[in-house]
Amino acid sequence: MIDHTNLLLTEAKQESLWPINFKFIYIIVIAIVILILFPFSKPQDFHIHLMIMVFLYAVMSQSWNVIAGFSGQISLGHVVFFGIGGYTSSFLFIEYGLTPWIGILIGMFFSIIVAILIGIPMLRLSGHYFAIATLLIGFSFQIIFQRWDLIGAASGLWIPLIWENSWFNLQFHDSKIPYYYIFLTIFILTYLFAWLLYKSKIGFKLRAIRDDPQASASLGISVSQYKIIAFIISAAIISPMGSLFAQYILVIDPERMFSFEISIIILLIVVMGGIGNVWGPLLGTIILIPLSEYSRIYFGGTGGSIDLLIYGLLIMIICIFRPEGLISLIPNKLIRKIKV
Amino acid sequence: MSIILKVNKLSKSFGGIHANRNITFEVKKGEILGIIGPNGAGKSTLFDLITGYTKPDSGSVIFNEQSINNKKPHLISKLGIGRTFQKLKPFHDQTLLENVIVGALATGLSLEKAKLKSLEIIDLVDLIEKRHHFAKELSTGQLKRLELARAMATNPNLLMIDEVTGGVDQKTVPGLIEIIKKLNSLGVTIITIEHNMRVIMSLSNRILALDRGKKIAFDEPKEIQENEKVIDAYLGGVEVATN
Repeated sequence: MIDHTNLLLTEAKQESLWPINFKFIYIIVIAIVILILFPFSKPQDFHIHLMIMVFLYAVMSQSWNVIAGFSGQISLGHVVFFGIGGYTSSFLFIEYGLTPWIGILIGMFFSIIVAILIGIPMLRLSGHYFAIATLLIGFSFQIIFQRWDLIGAASGLWIPLIWENSWFNLQFHDSKIPYYYIFLTIFILTYLFAWLLYKSKIGFKLRAIRDDPQASASLGISVSQYKIIAFIISAAIISPMGSLFAQYILVIDPERMFSFEISIIILLIVVMGGIGNVWGPLLGTIILIPLSEYSRIYFGGTGGSIDLLIYGLLIMIICIFRPEGLISLIPNKLIRKIKV
Repeated sequence: MSIILKVNKLSKSFGGIHANRNITFEVKKGEILGIIGPNGAGKSTLFDLITGYTKPDSGSVIFNEQSINNKKPHLISKLGIGRTFQKLKPFHDQTLLENVIVGALATGLSLEKAKLKSLEIIDLVDLIEKRHHFAKELSTGQLKRLELARAMATNPNLLMIDEVTGGVDQKTVPGLIEIIKKLNSLGVTIITIEHNMRVIMSLSNRILALDRGKKIAFDEPKEIQENEKVIDAYLGGVEVATN
């Protein structure tokens, strides 16, 4: 008689842990090709700008997803690393003429150092306490930078214009398209990295900590160590976006670079799209960021905060009907196939 | 038989409540030790003290001739003590296989090897068909098996099981007992907390009985069944205060 259980075990052992879903890969490849070709369709500047904002927030929200979605720590002051990245590259460019490309790396380094320094004491906290602590850290950095004369205090920093378009100086004045490709590249690399992280040993351990820190410890996982690792990775992802954003707008100040609103928007994006899922932040971004940018067009200035009102309404609807985010609209069976 | 775990005068109080008072016992390699006691006897606290989740006020715990006092839970796990929890703690948003892989990764295996090892263990607990189900989709009995499998994946020398039959229907109980016996036959020493007397009597080589934080008996099942202090504790006999 054939042993049914043995057959199942043999079959299970032959299964890939992460089966390749070719349909899904085709969709991604086609989407990337479309994004690469998009500027050739001669879009308006606004549309290029909109896409840049989508890439920017998709990366920033993925960064938040790593700490909150993968490891379960709700940070409300994540903008700190965005600000550090922006200020580091801008300051080094203004004072020493250092190319922003190097500035981005140095900004990442500082962000990682700050993540370790604030992470070691704060990640002993959990839940609401951690969230409140990060909120206060965010405000503290804004206040410190507002009073720090060396880096322009409240007036901020004005990055000197180099009139020639220059990849070395990361300044382009004739067109936004070079910025588009830079942001697109970082966006693709970030999502590829997040996807690999999710499937890695670290990813497994982070998700275990998110679901139950006590049970994770019983399986030999050092919870505090892995939380700090997640915090460092998250900081390293968002920091370059601060540098690139600074190069994009060329004027930065503490109000903008350490804005609490940014921390909240990236949180809303992830909650709306689906927390803990690699594609959740992207889904949330492509809904919320166009909404925000179009409301600026139709209502002027900052959009009259109409976007925030709509955000609030959408979040309420999501929390009531889809607490796991829009990604949960995909049936479990399909999620199993494209787990990340 | 050599001693794998030695607990010496372990005490813990929460405010004015003595959860454990001078508990002393030892566990022999390869045996199944049952721990019984009415609600609030201090059974789960004892587990938490041994596995590092709670710090003792006094006393010591020696595992494989090494003190594990004040060691953190993850380090104790790495030394070879696995455990399950009274209140189930599965990783809800992950599949059964992924849950067990997390345990297997603790042994330093690559992901592929961890997967293969996890599948063997899942097969051992008779859940191979459910390997791709999310933990949140499993029944209580299946979750109990998941926790056993996950703890087993860490390669423990000593497995501490907190009420494996608690909250499951009677049909599920024999299967769970079989699994514990299977794990024990693989050479794993087991300490199990149980409320179900039939289960504990049939499963254990020796039984430690606790009542109100104190050890009231430590003997073989047959003797425990006839022990007056144990009968008193379970039937609500009045304890006479002594100095």
